[in-house]
Amino acid sequence: MSQTRHSPGRAIAAHAVLIVWTLIALFPVFVTVVNSFKSKKAIFTQPLALPGPESFDLVGYRTVANQGDFVAYFQNSLVVTCLSLFCVLLFGAMAAFALSEYRFRGNTLMGLYLALGIMIPIRLGTVAILQMMVATGLVNTLTALVLVYTAQGLPLAVFILSEFMRSVSDDLKNAGRIDGLSEYRIFFRLVLPLVRPAMATVAVFTMIPIWNDLWFPLILAPSESTKTITLGSQVFLGQFVSNWNAVLAALSLAILPVLVLYLIFSRQLIRGITAGAVK
Amino acid sequence: MGQLSLSGVTKNFGPVEVIKGVDLGVADGEFCVFVGPSGCGKSTLLRMIAGLEDVTGGTVALDGRDITDVPPARREIAMVFQSYALYPHLTVRDNMGLALKQAGRPRAEIRAATERAAAMLLLDALLDRRPAELSGGQRQRVAIGRAIVRRPKLFLFDEPLSNLDAALRVQTRIEIAKLHRELGATMVYVTHDQIEAMTLADKIVVLRAGQVEQIGAPMELYNDPDNTFVAGFIGSPQMNFLKSGALGLSSHSAGIRPEELRLGDIPGAISGTVSHVERLGGETLVYVHTEDHGLLTARLFGEHNRAVGSELGITFDPARLFHFDQAGRRLR
Repeated sequence: MSQTRHSPGRAIAAHAVLIVWTLIALFPVFVTVVNSFKSKKAIFTQPLALPGPESFDLVGYRTVANQGDFVAYFQNSLVVTCLSLFCVLLFGAMAAFALSEYRFRGNTLMGLYLALGIMIPIRLGTVAILQMMVATGLVNTLTALVLVYTAQGLPLAVFILSEFMRSVSDDLKNAGRIDGLSEYRIFFRLVLPLVRPAMATVAVFTMIPIWNDLWFPLILAPSESTKTITLGSQVFLGQFVSNWNAVLAALSLAILPVLVLYLIFSRQLIRGITAGAVK
Repeated sequence: MGQLSLSGVTKNFGPVEVIKGVDLGVADGEFCVFVGPSGCGKSTLLRMIAGLEDVTGGTVALDGRDITDVPPARREIAMVFQSYALYPHLTVRDNMGLALKQAGRPRAEIRAATERAAAMLLLDALLDRRPAELSGGQRQRVAIGRAIVRRPKLFLFDEPLSNLDAALRVQTRIEIAKLHRELGATMVYVTHDQIEAMTLADKIVVLRAGQVEQIGAPMELYNDPDNTFVAGFIGSPQMNFLKSGALGLSSHSAGIRPEELRLGDIPGAISGTVSHVERLGGETLVYVHTEDHGLLTARLFGEHNRAVGSELGITFDPARLFHFDQAGRRLR
């Protein structure tokens, strides 16, 4: 190993930068989790202190468990996120496959049209979406959220996946055609496994905004039975008084599922980011 | 079983005509090679025979059956690709058996066919490995095996040796020739390498810019080219082209093979200076710069010592010249 590529000074500098960045990124999470285990007084007097024997208090978690139906909120969030993710990945990959694989009139235009959504925030259409949901009777259903999030996630998914699908060898797909595989089998059995890292990347970028979204649940599905966890946590944030213990406890709990999903995808994600960098 | 005929086949990509009317017959059991420079349309033509590319005009028929609009899987063909195109998630056995499995054949038959092909290609020991665990040469053998298993009427090869290193290429070339003898099947093979074309083919089709320049047996093309393109493309090193005017001939240009040039003392028919010498042991290539004809290549057998910069005279037998007109067509 040469000195130029592995000087200790550089390594220390690089790690210092990474550590500082990690601290900044983790700080809000740290404060949230730590304070969720403290009494209200301790939160305000020493917000950065770790919970000690005196300040330790599970009142926040007790409130969350007793008040409101948090298990149901969790369930709603999970259902909405997983279903939306599934739809985005499936339809996004299918559209990307069609765009990258078949030559047809208007192919480029169609690709641009599908990618347009990346540049135009879906929230601009909130009023129209609400009218549409009212007209179809989908207000206060999880279906409404799944549909909206699928629409929101598709443009980026199509954009990223079609680039990756172009890189899948034509010979492989043609070999499948000669061996008598249907286009669906070629898509599901040959192409999808090869773009798995890209799928994981899309999954992470799609999942997090959906899980964290407050806007659409508030507007489209605010009823008790369809509340998501982000919306559910808002009951503790009043105009004049906020139950910070409960808010922090609810948020700490909300981190867990998304963390689990991220861990599932992250191995693939890292492979996606470094795809082609290492042979 | 396996007689291919193309009549008036054309292909357009938008306004661009890439195949300009190809008529070709390949007899049963014949080894036909498409050869030409990059972009000449040879791979496109092969893919049209395979059904992977739509035919704009004309018909493709196999054993008298019009297969122009038949999907690839039902054409009774098999194809070997340059990049091997093995299914990464399947073992060698499953890769080879997939087509039969798709066709709904009984498991015992698939097993027997796979093992017979594996034995032919010495792949027995590798049957349970995945493509990622194989070397390049082994992968190409699996790809060939996958084609054999189907017992197709027609084998298509799309530059199958281009990804292999030089030694392996020669070895696999011999294997393919042997395979052709054993199977007696009709094969169509695409390459840009004229040595592969010469060594494997019963019949060579030379393509340029989507058009057939000449069809014939390797030695026919070598000894009797129709035009300057075929004359220059077939044979290595390339044929020398002389300006007829400088030699007092009536044609536009005259071609002569490098091995027909004799190097001697000044003055020969042409005089020049040695600009470079390549010694290959069995033969020596001498590049001679001449005033009238540019750089000429002489191919001498055995080892020769010619100093770079020395002057010499070149002689040849005028009967060995090929005469061409202004448009490059052969004058016979």
